[in-house]
Amino acid sequence: MANKRIDEATGVETVGHSWDGIEELNNPLPRWWLWTLYASIVFAIGYVIVYPAIPLANKGTEGLWGWTSRGQLADEMKAEDQRRAGTLAALAATPIEQLASKPDLMRAAIEGGRAAFRVNCVQCHGSGAAGSVGYPNLRDDDWLWGGNIKDIETTLINGIRQPGNDATRQSLMPNFGKDGILPPADIAAVTDHVLSLTGKSTANAKGSELFAANCAVCHGADAKGGRQVGAPNLADAIWLYGGKREQVSGSIHQAHAGVMPAWGGKLDPVTIKMLAAYVHSLGGGEDFVAAPAATPAAAAPATPATGETNAQP
Amino acid sequence: MESVVSRSGWWLAALFASIFAMAAAVDWGFAVHMGIFALAALIGLVVSLRTTDFQAAARGLLKVPQDEGRYDDDLIRYGMIATVFWGMAGFLVGLIIALQLGFPALNLGLEWTSFGRLRPLHTSAVIFAFGGSALISTSFYVVQRTCRARLAFPGLARFVFWGYQLFIVLAATGYLMGITQGKEYAEPEWYVDLWLTIVWVAYLAVFVGTIVKRTEPHIYVANWFYLSFILTVAMLHLVNNANVPVSLFGSKSYPLWSGVQGALVQWWYGHNAVGFFLTAGFLAMMYYFVPKQAQRPVYSYRLSILHFWSLIFLYIWAGPHHLHYTALPDWAQTLGMVFSVMLWMPSWGGMINGLMTLNGAWDKVRTDPIIRMMVLALAFYGMSTFEGPMMSVKSVNSLSHYTDWTIGHVHSGALGWNGMITFACVYYLVPRLWGRERLYSLRMVNWHFWLATLGIVFYASSMWVAGITQGLMWREYGADGYLVNSFAETVAALHPMYLLRAFGGGMFLVGAGIMTFNVWMTILGKLRDEAPLYHPVHNADADHPLTAVPAE
Repeated sequence: MANKRIDEATGVETVGHSWDGIEELNNPLPRWWLWTLYASIVFAIGYVIVYPAIPLANKGTEGLWGWTSRGQLADEMKAEDQRRAGTLAALAATPIEQLASKPDLMRAAIEGGRAAFRVNCVQCHGSGAAGSVGYPNLRDDDWLWGGNIKDIETTLINGIRQPGNDATRQSLMPNFGKDGILPPADIAAVTDHVLSLTGKSTANAKGSELFAANCAVCHGADAKGGRQVGAPNLADAIWLYGGKREQVSGSIHQAHAGVMPAWGGKLDPVTIKMLAAYVHSLGGGEDFVAAPAATPAAAAPATPATGETNAQP
Repeated sequence: MESVVSRSGWWLAALFASIFAMAAAVDWGFAVHMGIFALAALIGLVVSLRTTDFQAAARGLLKVPQDEGRYDDDLIRYGMIATVFWGMAGFLVGLIIALQLGFPALNLGLEWTSFGRLRPLHTSAVIFAFGGSALISTSFYVVQRTCRARLAFPGLARFVFWGYQLFIVLAATGYLMGITQGKEYAEPEWYVDLWLTIVWVAYLAVFVGTIVKRTEPHIYVANWFYLSFILTVAMLHLVNNANVPVSLFGSKSYPLWSGVQGALVQWWYGHNAVGFFLTAGFLAMMYYFVPKQAQRPVYSYRLSILHFWSLIFLYIWAGPHHLHYTALPDWAQTLGMVFSVMLWMPSWGGMINGLMTLNGAWDKVRTDPIIRMMVLALAFYGMSTFEGPMMSVKSVNSLSHYTDWTIGHVHSGALGWNGMITFACVYYLVPRLWGRERLYSLRMVNWHFWLATLGIVFYASSMWVAGITQGLMWREYGADGYLVNSFAETVAALHPMYLLRAFGGGMFLVGAGIMTFNVWMTILGKLRDEAPLYHPVHNADADHPLTAVPAE
């Protein structure tokens, strides 16, 4: 070819063409480049032989090692299931109120519950289980429906205010304002009374009277709540729907009736047991008292205790 | 005269058709888009009617130089302005969405400004608007010079440029209105795809036409890369956008491919958009502008042949590595991985040929900030084309997939390679296209270089850390066999990294802002009064032989 010349700076011959002044040197392929290319091709051929790779008429080749991604997952899951089988069987066989007497099993249940909580519960209760407005904090000892491990399990299985479930936690606070049960002035008086219990307002006779007539049946004469109907303690600093004046009067005007899914049909009994153990372990869990029965009366003695620990100065 | 009448008639027909489609539209977004088409037709009509002398119109409006002895560069000037403009827009939206990830309140609670709509706006603005404008304009510049021939079909070339800009406007407005196919990098709906197809075929005709009428005996390597880019993108675009519209007057359509086939077609497209748009196309730019700026011959002709053919042969098979550990059959995943591994050296061939072209001119890295940008671009090209094959290896991918590592990888390539090589080309072209003695300021190029480089370092390293943190947290199991972290906890852990990423992106944007100013002043014909970048000290007083001074 014409116009070949030796490039001065490098001493390499050019190929002889020039485009807009650009020439090309006739350097050979760098050896390391070429050998690395060959090596990657050899690797690829080897990989194709041992792993599934070549598509044929009905399916791909299976490869010498017979590996499949689904097979690998199944093997790993099987090994893990076997490793956990003993613990899960023991959990299934242990009534939840007896878990406390088996510390190893309790610890395993709490770990499993922690994982299940992250998948199923954090959406409402938060990743730290501290809740938010409308969603209860599970780390404190203020329980609407009972805080021993058995109560928690019952709440988990049947949910709260789930239609079509006879065992669900059920209650309904009236919409005192919206449904015209109390005039606005009365609601203001009751609001003042409720707020006065925590020192945020001044007590008034009218409010006290209205409270006794309308609210005490569920929330108790001392306003410390009633677990049989999930009525919250109004005499502590913990407010599910907010403790400001307009929030409290809003809740009286129109009640909230919060709901929680019934997990009984969605999660297996062992997972629910583990979730109950985890929630119970978060700090506010109450001891299970082998009371004669889980009648509403049985929960009553626990209420003052809760109230005392939360008592406001 | 007659041709002005018929030309105006066509514009009028297009205007009426658009208005009709607008009136018949079944959804709001389609009506807006037909309105944009109508506006474009109206502009064309007004421009055609402003003069009855077609020759004058052709000269004045299309600005095709009459002198056959001059290259047809007007479009390339527009292209440079479009490149800088879309670059700034794309980087700005990128910074906004990076901040949205750090501070979700910046979504503003509006659908139009939510992350989901702004994210495709960012990716399309930087890839197709910034990168695409740069590719079209540099390809028109390079193909003319290396073929020693004027652009074939000058009218069609103008259609390509303005038609492509219309495509960008349609795509961008569509994203904000929520019109999307939901396919990454292929979001525009069916009628916008059809429009781009017409534009792209015209592009192919202009490019091939120019090569056919070349006066050089051989076709330069840059043109091989440009041609492979144009051809392959056409094929990818057609196959991945095989959609059936619900209504001819509505924006919604459904793909022919479904399920795992659809996923594979999408990632065959997505991966090769990277391969042929962002790699082959930009290598073409590199193959012209690096030797020109360095004033050195290309390192190895043989390497350019071998790495060109191996690159385009291997790239097209590597897409399945985007679908590791999914419903895609194992055999297809294997092939996606091994083709990616084999792709490592063919990719590096371009880096070697670019860097080694500086043999005999390495001193220019110290003195010429444009060469420095090119070298950095090639270095980042090398890094990301090593990282890519590595991430395609299944065991690596099982950690990196779905994490921010992928985002870091993409940006070390996009900011480092595509961004830097484009900036270098803009700096090379602007003074030449506008006939200026030099750029307004080389020192500002230096500032741009350092801001962009540091920005990329912040961006890529924060995303590496974020991605590996994320991958490890997702797969962390406790001793009892349960996952340790909830998803929200992994998100919370990334917050500092997201802030660092936004900081790096901000630096990159500031650097691009300096470029915009520099380009603007260069076009205005101003020269900054500044000391040259490399200025060896010369002391004339000391420049004499020593002589003995007689003692007094």
